[in-house]
Amino acid sequence: MNKNLLLALVLAITASLAHAQTLRIGLAEDPDILDPTLARSFVGRIVFASLCDKLFDIDEKLNIVPQLATAYQWSADSKSLTMKLRSGVTFHDGEKFNAAAVKFNIERHKNLAGSNRRGELSPVTSVDVIDELTARINLSAPFSPLLSVLADRAGMMVSPKAAQAANFGVKPVCSGPFRFVERIAQDRIVLERYQNYWNKGEIHFDKVVFQPIVDATVRLANLRSGQLDFIERVAPSDIAAIKSDNKLAISRITELGYQGITINVAKSDLGQKNPLGRDPRVREAFELSLDRAGLVQVAMDGESEPGNQWVSPSNGYYAKNNPMPKRDVARAKALLKEAGVTNPSFTLMTPTTSDGQRVAQVVQAMAKEAGFDVKIQSTEFATSLNLADKGQFDAYVLAWSGRADPDGNLFSFYGCKQPLNYHGMCKPQWDELLDRSRSTLDHATRLKLFEQLAAEIAKERPIIYLFHRHWLWAYNKKLSGMRAIPDGLVRVQGLKM
Amino acid sequence: MSAATPQAMMPNVNPASPARRALRRLLRRRGAMLGLVIVVFFVLLALFAPVIAPYDPIATSWSAVRKAPSMQYLFGTDEIGRDVLSRVVWGARASLLAGLVSVGISMALGVPIGLLAAYVGGWTDSLISRFTDSMLAVPFLILAIALAAFLGPSLSNAMIAIGVSATPIFIRLTRAQVLAVKVEDFVEAARAVGNPHWRIALRHILPNVLSPLIVQATLAIAAAIIAEASLSFLGLGQQPPAPSWGSMLNTAKNYVDNAPWMAVWPGLAIFLLVLSFNLLGDGLRDALDPKHM
Amino acid sequence: MLHYLLKRLAAIVPTIFFVTIIIFGLQQLLPGDPAVILAGEDQDPNVIAYLQKKMHLDEPLPVRYGYWIAGVVHGDLGESLRIQQPVLGLIEEKLPVTLELAVIAMLIALVIGIPAGIVSAVGKDTVWDYAANVIALWGLSTPNFWLGILMILLFSVSLGWLPASGYVSPFEDLQANLAAMIMPAFVLGNAIAAVLMRHTRSAMLQVLNADYVRTARAKGLDERSVVLKHALRNALTPIITLGALEFGTLLSGAVLTEQVFSIPGFGKLIVDAVFNRDYAVVQGVVLFTSSVYIVLNLLADLAYFLVNPRLRG
Repeated sequence: MNKNLLLALVLAITASLAHAQTLRIGLAEDPDILDPTLARSFVGRIVFASLCDKLFDIDEKLNIVPQLATAYQWSADSKSLTMKLRSGVTFHDGEKFNAAAVKFNIERHKNLAGSNRRGELSPVTSVDVIDELTARINLSAPFSPLLSVLADRAGMMVSPKAAQAANFGVKPVCSGPFRFVERIAQDRIVLERYQNYWNKGEIHFDKVVFQPIVDATVRLANLRSGQLDFIERVAPSDIAAIKSDNKLAISRITELGYQGITINVAKSDLGQKNPLGRDPRVREAFELSLDRAGLVQVAMDGESEPGNQWVSPSNGYYAKNNPMPKRDVARAKALLKEAGVTNPSFTLMTPTTSDGQRVAQVVQAMAKEAGFDVKIQSTEFATSLNLADKGQFDAYVLAWSGRADPDGNLFSFYGCKQPLNYHGMCKPQWDELLDRSRSTLDHATRLKLFEQLAAEIAKERPIIYLFHRHWLWAYNKKLSGMRAIPDGLVRVQGLKM
Repeated sequence: MSAATPQAMMPNVNPASPARRALRRLLRRRGAMLGLVIVVFFVLLALFAPVIAPYDPIATSWSAVRKAPSMQYLFGTDEIGRDVLSRVVWGARASLLAGLVSVGISMALGVPIGLLAAYVGGWTDSLISRFTDSMLAVPFLILAIALAAFLGPSLSNAMIAIGVSATPIFIRLTRAQVLAVKVEDFVEAARAVGNPHWRIALRHILPNVLSPLIVQATLAIAAAIIAEASLSFLGLGQQPPAPSWGSMLNTAKNYVDNAPWMAVWPGLAIFLLVLSFNLLGDGLRDALDPKHM
Repeated sequence: MLHYLLKRLAAIVPTIFFVTIIIFGLQQLLPGDPAVILAGEDQDPNVIAYLQKKMHLDEPLPVRYGYWIAGVVHGDLGESLRIQQPVLGLIEEKLPVTLELAVIAMLIALVIGIPAGIVSAVGKDTVWDYAANVIALWGLSTPNFWLGILMILLFSVSLGWLPASGYVSPFEDLQANLAAMIMPAFVLGNAIAAVLMRHTRSAMLQVLNADYVRTARAKGLDERSVVLKHALRNALTPIITLGALEFGTLLSGAVLTEQVFSIPGFGKLIVDAVFNRDYAVVQGVVLFTSSVYIVLNLLADLAYFLVNPRLRG
């Protein structure tokens, strides 16, 4: 009996030892406000993935998979979405998750002052509570990106009770696998395991600590020295070194976003003063002067997928009728001649990030061979956004983190007067095609519409897409269960050390 | 040295003679000479960069990205296949300019203001001193960052930003030195003889406060070269693809692990140039110090 | 004495007033609408409008300045719109970190700088002088962030002796705290040691030639006591002033050092806030550091006044 007791004790100790584990994740930036309604940064979404569950999630192949909603049904007119909710889910403060909570959260996203979700949920008119675990979202018009929107921050559910507090973002209360413990700005965000998590069998850590370390070299140094277990956004040039380190592993997947050059065509008078903005042939010549594969090789150490559209060539919505043009300097020169321009000169504004500067310099050198005189103006990011917004630029190197639905990479960039439409073009056909793609749920029909759109946009080329970066994660080899999801967020479910 | 006593009472009666003596003293100092040689070397490098550099500093070569030093590329190549040696040679221009021009700006602004404050005194002094105090109270780099961001990113704007941000140091130092010298006997004597204020300030006070200013200017040139690197680091200095050692270092820091040569050479260049200014400054200080007479 | 003290204290008011003007002016100089940058990558116009209103960007400059100053007077420095935390709380959180870093760096600077300066002045033109100069030159000629990166590579990556970055509270784990602080403190202190050494050297050289030192020597006092008692005491005056001035340099240096080592202190707070255009944080934190600096300056001036009897009249 004594023996049994001892054995039990030993088992208990080893069990608790095995479980008393912390996952330390190095982030590339310090997240902003930790309130899903107000949050505005990409990096914050990485923290939310451990903290706040969403109605839906996406998988490796961008399929919508259940999270807090277990099933859904579109109405016949596609104007309402009925969701069956998971039972037995509680928020970190013990409050119940139910249809009323869904209604509260969607309304909060729509109505809270300064909400960054309002735009994503603009077609949502109301939410009905059908029963305790059934909720229905009503729309003013069919809106196909809705599910993917609900698989992101707009689908995150916070505790209605805790959300009454002012400054909720200082101490967020959600229903995810980990609960908020503390945040020391620019130092760390500490989360601890939520004991009543509905899917706790998949959670193998007691704590998650996020540490923002901006410098990629230093982030990697911390991983190597064992201060961190996991880092995101590894610099492509460090991949070779990580590969040769037998204690580390790498995961990668092509991002949902893109790196591209937006050209000021009609954002301001400046657009028409420059041959690049004035004449689509000059823009085509510029595109033809670029060797995307070479650019990726030189600027990104090959860790990107060359692309010429808002989604990558491997995406299901890639418009195959608009293939990636090969570099053709002779044709580029011919086009310039046709347009009657010799040695067109323009300023390429680029944020001061090392990625941006490298891309700009390689583009400069490549375009020079076709006769372009590209002047690089590297500008601090905050200033560059403002200049872009005011149309005070010729061309702008801009990256977009991407959304699961192509609409998220398109609508705001090509829609007339939309906030991210920095080229400034307003085309009724584009708007019409964009609207139609939003109102149909069928993949094949949408793909057709995107192909039409791609063909139309190819006539103008206000955005020259260059490539889609790989999300690169490096981590301790002992860590298993890493899933590479194209949205670049870390799913803690299933991660094990 | 029999005529030394009146000379000390009213120095610079014959300005050429102490200057020549100072030069002679300077030439005797080996450290200073070494510094001078290195500074001259870099100045020549900057002036004749087009002749000296083996390659075009902004010409890229896709087949030679981050190549280690070799006979073809003595200092190796950088992240987009440019010759590091050529960039270091051309980069001397940016760094020398950044150091000299910004300190020139600081001194041109700071010394007269400091002199004015200390010599005139009263409300003028109070106002200038309070403003100097408040400028000094704001961290230097923050001031420079804000000014450079406001002026827009370029090498010349970075120099202005650094120069203006460093001005209060010169105001304060000049003022403190002048205050100390102002009460010295030879100034009293000059005043008693009936010299006008400007003459006392320029001929009797200024030469006697120069040596600490020169020490400070030496440090300031060093600091300015490093400040230019810091601003480049934040995207507020030299614009790509034009080379400056600071911007080279900042790019290089992303590759220290796999292309250390990218960082070694510009770092070494900064080190040498700053070192030479310091050696030279020290020599000047000893040579100019009137107490050594 | 009392008169001088009062005069000096009274001078603080206009100085701080100028500081608020400079800080506020600098903010306005910065290009880029803070609401636009805070709105993040979506650039939702509703959010931008909301943020502009919240920051009073729709109101004239003097009114905005008034809002800020009114808050400051009531001890309210506002709130970071980026992370929704009060600025005062952020200062409370970061102050001990930067203070510890600055104090350790200053200690390192003093321990290296002053003895090196004395040795090189006393042994002018000897090997000691050259050696001390070489140390000083090294410290002055290496860019902070560069030295930081090199040290991380050497001590963290290659040797694995020290953590690459981060910060641990000394109350949590003193050893880990010191391990994390030693590299950034050295990087910071290194440059200041050089400045202190040079100034100690020149101050000592001046003093060593002064009449009273000659007199002391002539009186037959041994060189050690001449140097330490007579010369150093008088040379200390400019060194104290510079030490206080260098504290400002420390804060400036901390800006980049904290960035490299990911130390969550004031420097990192300010720089990130400048780039994020988080106005309340920039204004609050710069005002705070500037005020600290002004007080340090005051203390230095008082010290100057106390040791320099000639100024007392």
